[in-house]
Amino acid sequence: MNQLLKRKSKGDMWFDIVNYFMLTIVMLLVLFPLYFVLIASLSDPNLIYSGEVWFFPKGFTLDGYGRIFSDSSIWIGYANSILYAGLGTLIGVAVTVCAAYPLARKGLAGKSAIMWFLLISMFFSGGLIPTYLLIKDLHMLNTIWALVIPGAGGVFNVIIVRTFFQSTIPDEMWEAASIDGCSNTRFFWSIVLPLSKSVIAVMVLYHVVGFWNGFFDALIYLNDENKYPLQLVLRNILVQNQANSGMMIDVESYAAKMRVTELIKYGVIMVSSLPLLILYPFLQKYFVKGVMIGSIKG
Amino acid sequence: MVNSRTSELDHSTIKPNRKIWNQIKRDYELYLFLLPIIIIYLVFKYYPMYGIQIAFKDFSPSRGIWGSEWVGFKHFIDFFDSYNFWTIMTNTLTLSVLSLVFSFPAPIIIAIMLNQMLAKRYKKIVQTVIYAPHFISTVVLVGMLNVFLSPNSGIVNHIITLFGGDPIMFLADEGWFRPLYILSGVWQETGFATIIYLAALAGVNPELHEAAIMDGASKWKRVMHVDIPSILPTIVILLILALGNIMGIGFEKAFLMQNDLNYATSNIIPTYVYEIGIQKAQYSFSTAIGLFNSVVNIILIITVNRIAKKLTETSLW
Repeated sequence: MNQLLKRKSKGDMWFDIVNYFMLTIVMLLVLFPLYFVLIASLSDPNLIYSGEVWFFPKGFTLDGYGRIFSDSSIWIGYANSILYAGLGTLIGVAVTVCAAYPLARKGLAGKSAIMWFLLISMFFSGGLIPTYLLIKDLHMLNTIWALVIPGAGGVFNVIIVRTFFQSTIPDEMWEAASIDGCSNTRFFWSIVLPLSKSVIAVMVLYHVVGFWNGFFDALIYLNDENKYPLQLVLRNILVQNQANSGMMIDVESYAAKMRVTELIKYGVIMVSSLPLLILYPFLQKYFVKGVMIGSIKG
Repeated sequence: MVNSRTSELDHSTIKPNRKIWNQIKRDYELYLFLLPIIIIYLVFKYYPMYGIQIAFKDFSPSRGIWGSEWVGFKHFIDFFDSYNFWTIMTNTLTLSVLSLVFSFPAPIIIAIMLNQMLAKRYKKIVQTVIYAPHFISTVVLVGMLNVFLSPNSGIVNHIITLFGGDPIMFLADEGWFRPLYILSGVWQETGFATIIYLAALAGVNPELHEAAIMDGASKWKRVMHVDIPSILPTIVILLILALGNIMGIGFEKAFLMQNDLNYATSNIIPTYVYEIGIQKAQYSFSTAIGLFNSVVNIILIITVNRIAKKLTETSLW
């Protein structure tokens, strides 16, 4: 069999050459923008402006990072994002895992009704305004709770975890444990959870990334700038061009200001994305695992 | 078959509710596990559905959802009659249909190509790189568009001027909104979307390939006649999901990319709902537009699912 695979016709050889070539191009097209942000963030803004930075940083400077880190709004954003991601992940994962376990059990009365109860919300929702009015009536506006509670227990995540339980924790295990007098809660704590570390890791990652990158809920529900997560701070700098005056202290002329603003933009892109981009190659297999379990029809 | 069905029926009629009650009593802990999610869904998902009625009312905060006056379909009619109704509909549909056309096939092609790669190490590197943009936030993505496409300092315009062209104000040009939206989406999500197809390709029966090789099929032929037919069910499922979500095109990126100068093409239903509802506080009108959008969406997904079931015998439900 191996020999058969190795014996290549001319057409197959061309196929491979074209394939490798095109995938390499695709990879470079994806990589270059990310790489360029990195080198631009380390280059002299005047040289970026005149279009002399292409493949390597020119006029190396850490000025952009210096300005970014001396600005309090970035630090506040960072701290808020860590808080929201931490608490949100804790709540989200707990709700998801607790909900998924009973739904994975055979013979739970009303199981499919509960599943439908969750699924319907995927196809039909109250929409933006009714949800906003509810949050307002509950006095959750401008609080962390508006960001971490309403979205907890997303259906897709519940399905992923449920599928994992169904395929790794056989019912016989529970039957054996219950004969020995084990309660459901005890079984969940001392057997199900320890066996599910990998799917819990997947859930933690999904939630952390979601909270770290999310800005829509914060945009709608928060109005106090001291509560803004990092993404909202970034939006002001990157999209609305409102670099904080603190970052511009010593810049006089308008032209120089424009240039420093650009440098700061490259810098904040790095500062905000770096934690995830550095971690991600190590965590990649968990993400892939998550997508795979999720794709098994539940 | 018939017999077993009737005996099952008998079984449940002989022992009525008693059995279910015992089960619930026995498993009460499991129901407690479910309690948090049920409460969250009741409050934050189902109660807003009750709030949808304000689409048919003139909502005033002081009178509340229940106390406000019914006005029937007034807000819907106002929306259909409004001068920008057709622009918004066209913008929404054009943007989502074009996104789908360009972004749906890309991961399938890349996954098939990756699957043909025999050098494991290199394959892993390519995968790691092309998945990466998925982890970049929408804000950062739009920020990258801003810096790359800046008319004065952006690298794209540097390249254009290098070849003798004039700088283009990409983000301030309504004609560029759609290409930029779609291309940046392809850049960001294609890699990650390949994972599902790669999983499907890994599940292709190797015997089919062996048989094809025996018959002298080239790699190209095996891709066309073994790989693609084998992953067709996956493709259909994902296509149904994507088609069903045509009206549910994301708010975030369009909102971040939107400015006064590209408003003519960037004004889509979700951004309009936000603008009218949150910024201008016209709660009822905005809810009506949102409701219209989700009703169209549900009709779409049901229709597409039905068609797919007939044509390919694959469906979501």
